[in-house]
Amino acid sequence: MEALSNKRKVLEAKPLNFWERAYLPAIVKGLGITLKHFLFTKAVTVSYPEQKREFSENFRGMHSLKRDEHGRERCTACGLCALSCPAEAITMISAERKPGEENLYREEKYAAVYEINMLRCIFCDLCEEACPKEAIYLDGDIVPSDYLRKDFIYGKDKLVEAPLNQ
Amino acid sequence: MGTTDIIVKLILIVIIFLISLVIAMYSTYAERKIAAFFQDRVGPSRAGPFGILQPVADGTKMFLKEEIIPANSSKFLFIVGPSLAIMTACIGSAVIPWGQTLQIGTYVLDLQVTDINVGILYIFGVVSLGVYGVMIGGWASNNKYSLLGAIRAASQNISYEIAMGLSIIALLMTTGTLSLKEIAAQQHGWHWNVVYQPLGFLIFIICAFAETNRSPFDLPECETELVGGYHTEYSSMKLGFYLFAEYINMFISSAVMATLYFGGYNFPFMHSLGLSSNWVTILGVIALFAKIFFFIFFFMWVRWTIPRFRYDQLMDLGWKTLIPLAIANIVLTGIVMTLFK
Repeated sequence: MEALSNKRKVLEAKPLNFWERAYLPAIVKGLGITLKHFLFTKAVTVSYPEQKREFSENFRGMHSLKRDEHGRERCTACGLCALSCPAEAITMISAERKPGEENLYREEKYAAVYEINMLRCIFCDLCEEACPKEAIYLDGDIVPSDYLRKDFIYGKDKLVEAPLNQ
Repeated sequence: MGTTDIIVKLILIVIIFLISLVIAMYSTYAERKIAAFFQDRVGPSRAGPFGILQPVADGTKMFLKEEIIPANSSKFLFIVGPSLAIMTACIGSAVIPWGQTLQIGTYVLDLQVTDINVGILYIFGVVSLGVYGVMIGGWASNNKYSLLGAIRAASQNISYEIAMGLSIIALLMTTGTLSLKEIAAQQHGWHWNVVYQPLGFLIFIICAFAETNRSPFDLPECETELVGGYHTEYSSMKLGFYLFAEYINMFISSAVMATLYFGGYNFPFMHSLGLSSNWVTILGVIALFAKIFFFIFFFMWVRWTIPRFRYDQLMDLGWKTLIPLAIANIVLTGIVMTLFK
C-alpha cells in the first residue's frame, strides 16, 4: 500500500550487544547523570511564604475596593459585578448615603455590605471589567490560606483600600 | 567472664542499639534530602534548621496516629509481624567489629559485642529470619495485596540469599575464616577483599539490595501494583517499625559490606601516623562509619537512578545470572588459589 506521507520511518530492532545486556555500563552512566544533578544543579524550588515568584504585570490576585482622589469609596453598589460574576461569588447590600457622609462615599448609594467568597471566586477579572465606577480591581496578592470556610468570605474590612491619609 | 565484662558488654549493646536507631532515623531524613537533591529540589526544610528535626516530627506523628487492626486479621500475628521485623533488624549488629580495642586504664575494651567464630553464618541466619516479619505481617493482614507483597518478599529473599551465600563462599576461601573480626583484621593495609573479589563484591551488593528490599528490587512494596505491599493494612507505629526495619537493615548490610569487602575499621597508613593505639581505634571507628555512610548513600543514589525491575526480570537476574556467576566466581577463585599458592 502506498504510504500517505513520506514520514514513515522503518526502525530495525537491533539485538543488544553483550555490554548492553549486562546492564552495568548503562547503570554506571545513569549514576553519573544523577550524581551530576546531586552535585551541581541548583534547586529550582521557591520556598513560598519567604520567597515569592515574580508575578506578571496583569496577574489577578485578591480584589481591592478602590477609593477616589479624596479618599471616598467609589463603589455605588450597582450590582453589575455580582451580575457578571460567573462563579456567583459576590454579594452586597446597598444603602443610601446620609447627609454628612459625602466625605465617605462618592455616590449617593453605597455598599453597606460587600462580600466576596474567595473559595468561589475564579479570579476571572469580569467584575473588574463590568464595574462602571472603576471601583474594584484584582490587583492584590495571592489570597492567603485559612482553616475555616467562613473565614474565606471577605467583607469590606479586608477589601476596601486603606484611607488616603493613613 | 566477670561482672565488669557483662556490664561493659551491656553498655556496648545499648550504645550500638541506640546508634543503629539514630542512624535509621536520620536515614529517613537523608533519604528525603538526598532524593530532593537528585531531583533538583530542596527537601524537608521546615522542622528546625535545614529540616534537621524532621525525623523527630515524623516519629511523633507515627506514634500519635490511630492504630487500626483489621477486623478479619489474625490479631496476634498482625502484631508479631512488625515486632519480628524490627527485632531481626536490630540483632544483626551483634557480630560486627566496630573497631579494634580501647585501653582504658588496665581494662581492654573490645569494640565488638561478641566475636563468635561463625559470624557470617550468624548474619545470614538473621537476614533470612528477617523475611518472616514481612511474611507473617503480610499474611496476617488478610488482604490480597499484602499477601502478594509478602509472597514476593519471600521468594525474592530466598532466591537472592543463594547467590549471596555463594558469593560469600568465594570470599571465605580466600580469608579462611568465618569470624568477622578476623576478616577485618586480615584486611590491614591495602589488602581489602574487594581487590581480590571484585566479582564477588558485585554479586554481594546486588543481593544486598534485594535482601533489604531496596529499589530497584523493591517489589514487595511496589506501590503501582500492590498499593503498599505487605504493609498495606498497617498504620501507626507498626507501620513505622516496618519502615524503620528497612533502614536498620540497610545500615547493617552497609556495615557488613564495609567489613567484608572494604577493610572494616582499617584505613590507609593507620600505623604510620605515630598515634597511640586508642587514637588509631577511634579513627578506625570513624573510618568504618564513613564507609557505612558511603554505602547508605550508595543505596539511595541507586534508588533515585534505576527504575524498578519487573518480577520476571528479577527472577531471571537472580537465578539465571547471579547464581551461575557466583558459582563461576568460586571456581575461578579456586583455580587462582591453587595456581598461586
